[in-house]
Amino acid sequence: MKTFLTCAALAALQFVAAPAAVAQAKEQFFPLLVYRTGPYSPNGTPWANGKQDYIKLINARDGGINGVKLTFEECETGYATDKGVECYERLKGKGASVFDPQATGITFALTDKVPNDKIPLITLGYGLSASADGGVFAWNFPLMGSYWTAADALIQHLGKKEGGLDKLKGKKIALVYHDSPFGKEPIPMLEERQKMHGFELIKIPVTAPGVEQKSAWLQVRQARPDYVLLWGWGVMNSTALKEAQATGYPREKMYGVWWSGAEPDVKDVGEGAKGYNALNLNTSGQSPKVIQDILKHVHDKGQGTGPKDEVGSVLYTRGLVIQALAVEAVRRAQERFGKGKVMTGEQVRWGLENLALDDKKLAALGLTGVIRPISTSCYDHQGSTSVRVHTWDGKQWAFSSDWYQADEQIIKPMVKAAADKYAAEKKLTRRTPAECQS
Amino acid sequence: MLYRENGQFKTTYPADSQILPIRQDRVAMALLLIAAFVVVPLVSSEYLLRAIFIPFLILSLAALGLNVLVGYCGQISLGSGAFMAVGAYVAYNCQARVEGMPLIVSLLAGGLGATVLGVAFGLPSLRIKGLYLAVATLAAQFFVDWACLRLKWVTNDSTSGSVSVANLSIAGFPVESPGARYLLCLAFVVVFALGTKNIVRGHIGRSWMAMRDMDVAASVIGIRPVQAKLSAFAVSSFIIGVAGALWGFVHLGSWEPAAFGINRSFDLLFMVIIGGLGSISGAFFGAAFIVVLPLLLDKLPYWTGLPMDTATASHLALMIFGALIVFFLIKEPHGLARLWATAKEKLRLWPFPH
Repeated sequence: MKTFLTCAALAALQFVAAPAAVAQAKEQFFPLLVYRTGPYSPNGTPWANGKQDYIKLINARDGGINGVKLTFEECETGYATDKGVECYERLKGKGASVFDPQATGITFALTDKVPNDKIPLITLGYGLSASADGGVFAWNFPLMGSYWTAADALIQHLGKKEGGLDKLKGKKIALVYHDSPFGKEPIPMLEERQKMHGFELIKIPVTAPGVEQKSAWLQVRQARPDYVLLWGWGVMNSTALKEAQATGYPREKMYGVWWSGAEPDVKDVGEGAKGYNALNLNTSGQSPKVIQDILKHVHDKGQGTGPKDEVGSVLYTRGLVIQALAVEAVRRAQERFGKGKVMTGEQVRWGLENLALDDKKLAALGLTGVIRPISTSCYDHQGSTSVRVHTWDGKQWAFSSDWYQADEQIIKPMVKAAADKYAAEKKLTRRTPAECQS
Repeated sequence: MLYRENGQFKTTYPADSQILPIRQDRVAMALLLIAAFVVVPLVSSEYLLRAIFIPFLILSLAALGLNVLVGYCGQISLGSGAFMAVGAYVAYNCQARVEGMPLIVSLLAGGLGATVLGVAFGLPSLRIKGLYLAVATLAAQFFVDWACLRLKWVTNDSTSGSVSVANLSIAGFPVESPGARYLLCLAFVVVFALGTKNIVRGHIGRSWMAMRDMDVAASVIGIRPVQAKLSAFAVSSFIIGVAGALWGFVHLGSWEPAAFGINRSFDLLFMVIIGGLGSISGAFFGAAFIVVLPLLLDKLPYWTGLPMDTATASHLALMIFGALIVFFLIKEPHGLARLWATAKEKLRLWPFPH
């Protein structure tokens, strides 16, 4: 009993003392919200590994950012919102200056919290689509695209396949989606496009986590859609492909979002997934220079996170890109607020709003070809909407389309309207140009 | 020594029937309340308040509500997540649709919404019992999950199905800081705990317990099963509904139906079973066990300094947690509250046990 009490007292002390240990001088702390357990772990793990390896690379190769060492701590969220909030609170106290929540649900919960804490959220390719509007969502950064730009690109691609967007009239497009904010996000954009082009949109929800999809695919079989858009994550993706195979729905007509097009989604299905397409934000494979550097400076030294042969997979590279952008934001902020200093959340936000990564800078980072140039501003928190389609050939992913950009004519007014609605609900006022300078 | 009752004479009936008849208990309770209301908000870090105390208090409240139903009235329910969800969504709709709705009224309206649903899904309890009733209440869980996901009206036409609240304030005072949020939750918990304690001491509580112990005998001595069972469902789901509204409003701020899934129902049931069926303090012990212990276990590798990757640590925490549940259930099947009661009995006689 006595030891138990001592333990409890120690534990309590730790909790009280923890926030006091704010990041020490010359160390930029990166909180890593991850999920290495649960139904989403096959996809969450490579993502988390990529983030961690990039931090290790920057420390090992460059000695940090202008001499500022990078530190990190992981917190397991299991993709659950309440656990994510707990992790956020825990790591916030340790001097966090930017978060990548790795889940749309957690992003929603944190969106209301970050303005008070003045910590930016990077939600690369996920989160709230309306948050591209930096005038209202001052702390959210859906870099490189949101679900609306994804849905837009997919419809553009289908239009191209059919020989023109007008040819989509009368076609049936089914959206098989994860029944959560993540899966529902693209619906407004698809409905907008539906009005424009006159295709029929069939919405088929799949209850999370998506292990049971028999009834969804029965609906697909009955409706016989011309195309199926897959908005899944984790085990839902491979299950959907297996069900499509069982139903006899051609995989060539299935298009996934960029979270439904990685190795864990198709590996188990193997040949059965042949022909399946998905959007892609970044390349995969071990050829890019940054991946080579990680192999050389991190994995060959025995410091790697996760298995070596998974380095450079689609989601690993995405995790790496997210971390790279966070690091670049810190570097950009240092250019203004003092090189070799530790940046606060507000300063990192300035960095994120003034990212200007052109081809030359990307080449210096070793990211040539991995992503396209990004340039953000105070009002545009997305920076780029470029995306390609890649197709699984049974063994690997190969690009099968040119770059698409979201149609600004459609997306801009939608983002603005949604952001204004949000601002009205939360009684926020748009940021003025003067506020953008700070 | 600690619990020496010598000299504490009770000369009136009210003195004999008060909640805490022993003076030491009253002092301890007063100290506990002072600590909770004054010391904790002053000394706790933001992390402690936001990530530990607030969820602990809200889930204690929910467990308290469930304990009324399961512990006092003996009706097993697997629908507590659903009642929490109804509370949260009704409160949300009050807040979002009615301009200038006071926060407290919204939260209580959430409770009332849950009460209606609770009574409706409590009706089968008049015919079926035990595990069969558990399955029937499971229907509430699935129905509410479905409604929150599919009925656009429920989420105020939110395109993503996620809803959020902001700018909480009570009579002009903003409830934004962790301290203010904590005090709001604490106030609700204290009021409801006191209220529940009084109900279960009175004739309503006695009729619930009679129903729990033997329903046939209870109806023979004149307790109406309809009233007894449905009132238990009503009180229980009201409390759970308010807890759900607090969970959404105060703890999460923005939520989706998954926040009130079937796992939440199981968690609450585990809380009342581990904490102690049919006791008010059991709800608090159970909530502490389920909410705080996993967090401590999560930090274990960090304290011991063992290099351990996140996945292993997380699996290990789950295993230890599971083992502890089994251990406590074998050691004390009546829950942590009984453990405390036994300790107290011993303390009253110590150091001269007879």
